[in-house]
Amino acid sequence: MGAFLWGLFMNPEKYAVHYADKFLAPSLEHPFGTDFVGRDMFYRCIKGLSNSIVVGILASAVSSVVALVLGIASAVCGKWVDMVVNWCVDLCMGLPHLVLLMLISFMLGKGVKGVTIAVALTHWPSLTRIVRAEVMQIRSSQYVQAAYKMGISKWKVAVTHIVPHVLPSYLIGLVLLFPHAIMHEASITFLGFGLPAEMPAIGVILSEAMKHLATGKWWLALFPGLLLLIAVVLFDVIGDNLKKLWNPGSGNE
Amino acid sequence: MQLKVEHIDFRYTEKSPWILRDISLTIESGERVGIVGPSGCGKSTLAKIIAGYEKPTSGIVTIDGQPLPSKGMCPVQMIFQHPEYAVNPRWKMKKTLNECWQPGDELIQQMGIEKDWLNRWPAELSGGELQRFCIARVLSPDVKFLLCDEVTTMLDVITQAQIWQVLLENAKKNDYGMLIVTHNMALAEKVCTRIVSLGTDTNGL
Repeated sequence: MGAFLWGLFMNPEKYAVHYADKFLAPSLEHPFGTDFVGRDMFYRCIKGLSNSIVVGILASAVSSVVALVLGIASAVCGKWVDMVVNWCVDLCMGLPHLVLLMLISFMLGKGVKGVTIAVALTHWPSLTRIVRAEVMQIRSSQYVQAAYKMGISKWKVAVTHIVPHVLPSYLIGLVLLFPHAIMHEASITFLGFGLPAEMPAIGVILSEAMKHLATGKWWLALFPGLLLLIAVVLFDVIGDNLKKLWNPGSGNE
Repeated sequence: MQLKVEHIDFRYTEKSPWILRDISLTIESGERVGIVGPSGCGKSTLAKIIAGYEKPTSGIVTIDGQPLPSKGMCPVQMIFQHPEYAVNPRWKMKKTLNECWQPGDELIQQMGIEKDWLNRWPAELSGGELQRFCIARVLSPDVKFLLCDEVTTMLDVITQAQIWQVLLENAKKNDYGMLIVTHNMALAEKVCTRIVSLGTDTNGL
């Protein structure tokens, strides 16, 4: 979180080009070393991570809204809607995720826009399935049926019975979507279909580092890679802890 | 008041075998009709149809000549066999108990519900304790007919007696009719005013 805010308001001077200092090994002045045009890797990594997190937030926000709407619609709106939604889910899940990402990103002209839209548009199917299954299960449960018979209105049943039941798994799904989105953003950027080279992003940094890895510039790949790993693991931990908190089985522990 | 079940046929899909064929039954207010029969003969299904949880393939259920209302509190309420499924696991018991009406302190005491249970989650109560809540929440004065589907099967004998006593007392007070589905012949003979048997090979009652 700190890295995210820090990166967002960082002065571009910090990771500006200094040809004099190129390929410095990690030191106190440059904790992560510098790259082939003398940019400080520590600040670039932080800025890159924060860029990745912005893409990740946008992507998981869009994906989860799509998932929520489609999931509830397919569980509530009847057979035809359900069939169409399921068909779309199967279609998107049937294609290899990275290929789909590349296709959409390439079609939209790569760059920030391409990556963000591609990542946002391809992460909804699994969450849609979860939401749909949850709503269907709860809708046919005895206590919801009984509530209808007790004269509780449909709207009230939805708000008091169905939403509270779906919300925890939905929010957990949303948080767990996040590391996925960051990873995918980094990987298509690494493959060259993503963010432009001048923009600091973990994927860009890693793909540049590949060129210099063979010549012994290990710090260019190691630190950004570690940072990405830590960020992803952190979000995963947040998701898992939320899961524990919201489950009535473990909520009182 | 009169609850009338007329020529009910039921099967789940067009290809599956008939579960109920041409069942007709009339229950008057104040009457307690027991339904007995072997497992799988459609006792629970019949109860679900009468309460409106399932639609009959053909036939109709009427109350004083009118079909059951689809809006508002249904005057025909059913108490289920498994209370664990009939309460929302994410609601505290107090909310479940007051979902459709506010049972008075007297009723709560009669049912043997302890005050301290009201602030617990359903997972923290036993099946028998949950069943008391399920019964209390539908004993509203608006309910004219009560369908009990094996409601006390999982309880010990003392609790069974206690719950039936409350149910019968309230039946007298609110003048509701009851349909009691059970395997327990002794219980049926004790609490019912009339017993009908639903066999696999007999059509109609």
